[in-house]
Amino acid sequence: MKPTDQTPPPAASFWNDTGRSGITAWLFSTDHKRIGLLYFFSVFGFFLVGVVLGLLLRIELMAPGRTIMGPQTYNALFTVHGVVMVFLFIIPGFQGSFGNLIMPIQIGARDVAFPRLNLFSWWLYMGGAAIILTSLFTGGGPPDTGWTFYLPFSSRTGTNVSLAVFGVFIVGFSSIATGVNFVTTIHRLRAEGMTWGRLPLFVWSLYATAWVQILATPILGITLVLIIAERLLGTGLFDPSRGGDPLMYQHLFWIYSHPAVYIMILPAMGVISDIIPVFARKPIFGYKMIAFSSLAIAAAGSLVWGHHMFTSGMSDTAILVFSFLTFVVAIPSAIKVFNWVSTLYRGSISLEAPMLFSLSFILLFSIGGLTGLIQGAAATDIHVHDTQFVVGHFHYVIFGGSGFAFFAAMHYWLPKFYGRRYAEKPAIIAWALMFVGFNILYFSMIVLGLEGMPRRYYDYLPEFAPLNLLSTIGSWILAAGLVLLLVNLFRGLRSGERVGSNPWGGATLEWSIPTPPPTENFEEEPVVSHGPYDFRGAGIP
Amino acid sequence: MDPNLYTTTRAVDPIFMLIFGISLVLLMGITATMVGFVIRYRRSRAPEPTSQVASNIWLEIVWTALPTIIVMGMFYYGWAGYLTLRNVPKDALEVTATARMWSWSFAYANGKTSPKLYVPVGKPVLVHLVSEDVIHGFYVPAFRVKRDVVPGMKNHVWFVADKPGSSDLFCSVYCGLGHSAMVSTVEAVPEAEFQSWLSHVEGEEKQGEGRELLEKNGCLGCHSLDGSRKVGPTFKGIWGRNVTVVTGGVERTITVDEAYVKRSIREPAADVVKGYPSVMPPYPALSDKDIEEIVDFFKELK
Repeated sequence: MKPTDQTPPPAASFWNDTGRSGITAWLFSTDHKRIGLLYFFSVFGFFLVGVVLGLLLRIELMAPGRTIMGPQTYNALFTVHGVVMVFLFIIPGFQGSFGNLIMPIQIGARDVAFPRLNLFSWWLYMGGAAIILTSLFTGGGPPDTGWTFYLPFSSRTGTNVSLAVFGVFIVGFSSIATGVNFVTTIHRLRAEGMTWGRLPLFVWSLYATAWVQILATPILGITLVLIIAERLLGTGLFDPSRGGDPLMYQHLFWIYSHPAVYIMILPAMGVISDIIPVFARKPIFGYKMIAFSSLAIAAAGSLVWGHHMFTSGMSDTAILVFSFLTFVVAIPSAIKVFNWVSTLYRGSISLEAPMLFSLSFILLFSIGGLTGLIQGAAATDIHVHDTQFVVGHFHYVIFGGSGFAFFAAMHYWLPKFYGRRYAEKPAIIAWALMFVGFNILYFSMIVLGLEGMPRRYYDYLPEFAPLNLLSTIGSWILAAGLVLLLVNLFRGLRSGERVGSNPWGGATLEWSIPTPPPTENFEEEPVVSHGPYDFRGAGIP
Repeated sequence: MDPNLYTTTRAVDPIFMLIFGISLVLLMGITATMVGFVIRYRRSRAPEPTSQVASNIWLEIVWTALPTIIVMGMFYYGWAGYLTLRNVPKDALEVTATARMWSWSFAYANGKTSPKLYVPVGKPVLVHLVSEDVIHGFYVPAFRVKRDVVPGMKNHVWFVADKPGSSDLFCSVYCGLGHSAMVSTVEAVPEAEFQSWLSHVEGEEKQGEGRELLEKNGCLGCHSLDGSRKVGPTFKGIWGRNVTVVTGGVERTITVDEAYVKRSIREPAADVVKGYPSVMPPYPALSDKDIEEIVDFFKELK
């Protein structure tokens, strides 16, 4: 989507220059900004697919018994909702879109270290996504295993599990390649004066995330290959009747999939750390603690996977250790929250859309984190494990956290690339609708879980009916807000008010170059002489 | 109801209260501070920031140490409560729960089996968990207990009911089409009533043996007796009904007779009623005589 404009953007902008023409100028571009936009529209497209599936699930659950679909369709839909949202939206989401768009500019580089590998990552991602989509309409139909693909069920079902798993496998390679690219870029391509202590916190969070991608994703790859081997070759690794162990699959799956949660949330924390200082006109409080806590979360978060298995029959000693480590991870997250709130102290706060989404991130993420404590404690986890409580908790962290941070980033950074902005008032109404709808939708699930309603339930007992109806109503309010957000944002980017190079008064490098950025980002290599949140003398926009 | 009886519920609930209580205080504190700052330092009231302070080592130490103490406390109490869930009282009554797609069956020491879990009030019950196919989960919310039922693995769970009554029992691990229909109940009854139920010889019920066989083998998890649609077709009025079945991909119409019932139990995938998924496992344990009893029951079920 290009800004429709009477006066074209400056000739040097990345929108017009390249050797190629038409669609190939995008599909084969090695420019990090073009690849960033390719990623943005791909992941956001899949996000909208996931939203529609989620809304359908909620309609089915608004009353007991059959509402709009049968159990097989329901089981397939919650599986596809999970696979699309996790593997096609939120894992590649931040790194691929805003990581690509912003990170090289923020460190003063012309591009990432390996531009062609970067393009290849996107192609791998689209290839994997195409295979996953194909699996829905061929063979035995869409997989019905849940996004966790637990064995032995996933080796017995007649649905198209193997192909879907193969698609996820391919997407994993895209993630590894991006991780390698970003680690190298951040180490090697920082401009003169861009010391580690002056890196914007968004870059710090991408750096921590990239290491998780490199180290954890290969294990997912191996695990997925083993599922396919189990289905096609009948290896029996996870089949107890042939000496296998179903719990081994769960260990392998969560060794990746728990760190993957940090791939989803760490960049979101980076976005928040970049936005709050700008709208409070104050340096971030505790820069070093926030940067360090990202690394601490990435490291300790790789050792807590067993907390997904407290009821599985794993040994009690393992539960002791995993419960302890899970509580350890809570500490750096708490430190971040305290530092964000302290940044507001004696600032000059302006509540524009990026800031509203960021502040509500703090609240929703806190609720997600605090409900996580219930699941970290061994005794209480037993009751809420595999219930709607977990569904509510996860959505508070990943949708209320990462999702709201993604919306904040869209309002904050997209105008930089389009040269035009959204209208403020509809954006605030959209935020309010989403915030209210979100809490109705997911807090109902938390209560339902405490009452004992298991998750992945097509049908439920009458005692769970009122809260399920309430939750569904919440989903409609949230969806209404989302539609308003989209219409307002994209209409603004096409034909809204023009913005200059620094509409928010930010102090990081992306605000020092023209809007939209030129292809090479910087006319001459920048020399950095101040920190990323040094607003002294910057004035208020 | 004995208020001094140490139940699993009484072991777990105080830990919920503890964690929720502390969490609520923290959440209110964070929210109040954040909202307070936003109101006090909003741009219309504070056009310029009045401080550029960027760090404070003492604050960082305090808000690192304080959460550490709090979460370590939660960890300790969580672990202690969990040990209660794992330490089975010595005098516990032993029952074996067998889970299959998509029904429960509970077997007692004297060989009696039941689709509902009958337990005596005030006496601890140890449930051994056996799966015949995929992973299921044994979950009784009222007693705060849950344990996965993993094929090939010896898992167990214990609880004690402190008052008579019926509690829901769910399958907590997703297991396919009939997952949410894999529901049973724990029926807590006074000790004397339980003993008479347990020693009650089978086959004396007025309903007849056919119905009991259907219950015991979990057939009613997927097939209703009242005409409602579940995972499989209803048994109501099944005898002599003309149904369209799919045999090897070809549709044909047949009349339900003894041969069809037998084939449907032994080789369920051979003739699948049109519009229903082919998901039923074979039940080789049912003898020819059992099937005759079931057929007799079907003949009466108009």
